[in-house]
Amino acid sequence: MSAASGAAPNSQADVGGSGGDGPGAGGAVRARGSRHGRWTAPGMLLPFGVFYVVFLLGPLVYTAVAGFFGGSLVKGGLGRWVGLKNYREALGSADFWSSLGHTFYFTLLTTVPLVLIALVLALLADRFARGRWFFRLAFFAPFMLPSAVISLLFMWIFADEIGLAQGVVKWFGVETPPSWLGDPDWAMISVAAATVWWTVGFNFVLYLAALQEIPAEVHEAAAMDGAGPWQRLRLVVVPMLGRATTLVAVLQLVASLKVFDQIYMMTSGGPDDSTRPSLLYIYQTGFTDGRTGYASTVSLLLFVVILLVSLVWFAMVRRTEKGS
Amino acid sequence: MWARRRFLGAVGGLAAAGGLSGCGTAVGQGLTGAEGPRSELAFWHPFTGGDGAQLAAMERPYRRRHPGVRLKPTTMVWGSPYYTKLTLATLSKRPPQVAITHLSRLPTLAASGLLRGITERELAEHGMSPGHFRTSAFRTAHHGGMLYAVPLDTHPFVLYYRTDVAKKAGLLGSDGELADIDGPEKYVDALRAAKEATGAWGASVASVKDPATCWRLFWSLYRQLGAELVADGGRRVVMDTGAAEEVLAYIRRLAVEKLVPPAADGNGGAITLLTSGKAGFLMDGEWQLLAVRGAVGGKFDMRPFPRIFHDGPYACAADSHAFILPKAGSVHAQRAGQALDFVRSMLGSSLDWAKGGHIPAWQPTARSAAYRRLKPQSHYAAAADGAAYDPAAWYAGADSNLYRKFGDVITSVLGGHLRPEPGAARMREGLRELARTEAPV
Repeated sequence: MSAASGAAPNSQADVGGSGGDGPGAGGAVRARGSRHGRWTAPGMLLPFGVFYVVFLLGPLVYTAVAGFFGGSLVKGGLGRWVGLKNYREALGSADFWSSLGHTFYFTLLTTVPLVLIALVLALLADRFARGRWFFRLAFFAPFMLPSAVISLLFMWIFADEIGLAQGVVKWFGVETPPSWLGDPDWAMISVAAATVWWTVGFNFVLYLAALQEIPAEVHEAAAMDGAGPWQRLRLVVVPMLGRATTLVAVLQLVASLKVFDQIYMMTSGGPDDSTRPSLLYIYQTGFTDGRTGYASTVSLLLFVVILLVSLVWFAMVRRTEKGS
Repeated sequence: MWARRRFLGAVGGLAAAGGLSGCGTAVGQGLTGAEGPRSELAFWHPFTGGDGAQLAAMERPYRRRHPGVRLKPTTMVWGSPYYTKLTLATLSKRPPQVAITHLSRLPTLAASGLLRGITERELAEHGMSPGHFRTSAFRTAHHGGMLYAVPLDTHPFVLYYRTDVAKKAGLLGSDGELADIDGPEKYVDALRAAKEATGAWGASVASVKDPATCWRLFWSLYRQLGAELVADGGRRVVMDTGAAEEVLAYIRRLAVEKLVPPAADGNGGAITLLTSGKAGFLMDGEWQLLAVRGAVGGKFDMRPFPRIFHDGPYACAADSHAFILPKAGSVHAQRAGQALDFVRSMLGSSLDWAKGGHIPAWQPTARSAAYRRLKPQSHYAAAADGAAYDPAAWYAGADSNLYRKFGDVITSVLGGHLRPEPGAARMREGLRELARTEAPV
């Protein structure tokens, strides 16, 4: 949402700018040019604008409206007006809060390692003068797989009795390995581990690009000032990666808050709802139960939560950037 | 300038013409809501497994007899996604002419006015009568006194066993059939003997990520205790908490005595335990027949789920696939006659359906010598007499919220994370919450 709304004004400014500042020419030409210019910018914006209204703004407004009705999947239309009943039900529902809690737990379990591991991998891969392409490919490759493939892979790895993960743990001498996806205490950790392996490549590439932007002179200067390798890493490289870290962390945060695919396929939210994130709760109330009105309310609440988290994050980042 | 306008006009005209001619295509029909050519018969079903291949075989005779009809079968993933698509297509007046439903889903679909009723006269016109169908399935195909579905089968929860393991464990009688294993103690004894023979587990049941199987295990035992769950179409909870507790305690006992793995994967894991010889028994639906046979060949047999409790009549969790006619916008779009013709033809191929494991609802086939010769199908055919359908409520039925709520408790109890007593209490609380929620129908 935020990315798309940010893109619209930018593209308008660009198109408008090039229309107005055309190459200098005679008055008549300029007059014709500006008449054209009046329609060029909106005309070029129109395709995206239509798309934006039809697929983003429209559904958002519809969701907000539908949240005040008792709509049903098996009946047409908005249903009966229920006012704030859906909101009262959602905010008073233990399922709503637990699913939101699981969403945040998953976000914590994935965002932290996804930032740190990506950074470490990028630092390691950056050391290679030759053959760097191989590591770049190897670490990035899992990210190109679709969520269904990842889920299937890890469902077999984490499978009870016959899975690889239990076998490995047994080999290390653990008599009764946990049921990775079947134990409420382990299921979310297992899903998070699979997700980290799957998506770490994207952050890794962002970090690697940022590392390559750091000029060699900075390294040389620091070395001449007597900084050891650790000091160079801690005091020079990591601070210079600040902007990349912000980008990686924000993208990761939003992606993790929107988790659905792999959990839907790997655990369907189980066992005992211990891995059910908010989006799955929305899916279950909307599509399994057919209560679309209530599901709209929960969707809107989740949207607000993600918006708030992103805003708070941006504010924090901006303050630290200003401070430095 | 003018040239460009003419050009644009021409492009627009072409696009419009393309749009009109596009009415014949599926996308065109989707956009315009056109009813499609009369010769077309759309059929939706959720058979992605081995039974999908059987279904394709059943369509062949129909295609041969009706060369003028273009049959368009569409296979979709089982469960909520299938019903969502069926519901939305019907609501937006673009339903298939005929579709498959689980009878456990029928109350919701029929109460929502999504289905076209079928009269007995229509049935008769297409060579079908109530007497042709298994009584329990035909009765369940009604809603509010009206027939809304034509049953295809009954598919119960059954018991698979390895004949080699059973023989080694001394469980086979002189006739080569499995000895008496009914009753709580006898069943446990049989599993213990099988466990000694396999050196791993007595039986396996998919308990992780498979709320449906958990539900079927629970529901079979719960109904054998003669207990009821809900009344008034799901608005009133009449659950027997004591019976639920007894069932959960028995399920937990199987894990405590290490006869059944406390966590076996629903994604093939439980079946693999049987096929790899790590378990002698498998509690599952009969539709796994082709998968099991594919893995172990002839070294297995099947029988109805054992009668553990004697407080009620024999019961095993079961459901039925049935044909429905989703309500269309017009008589021409409905094509009910053609659809029923197709249904009758499919029922005529019931023997092919039975080969996939399901017990035919079509009695001419179920009573035929050819079906009796089918093994192991005929060994568990009696299970259909004890078919315990899901309670009639909007939140119950195939892949429903009730499955999830109860399945969670059963998984936790079997795995030892939850004791039977609080487990049963949680079931009752979850059920009350569902009953309190305003029905979407």
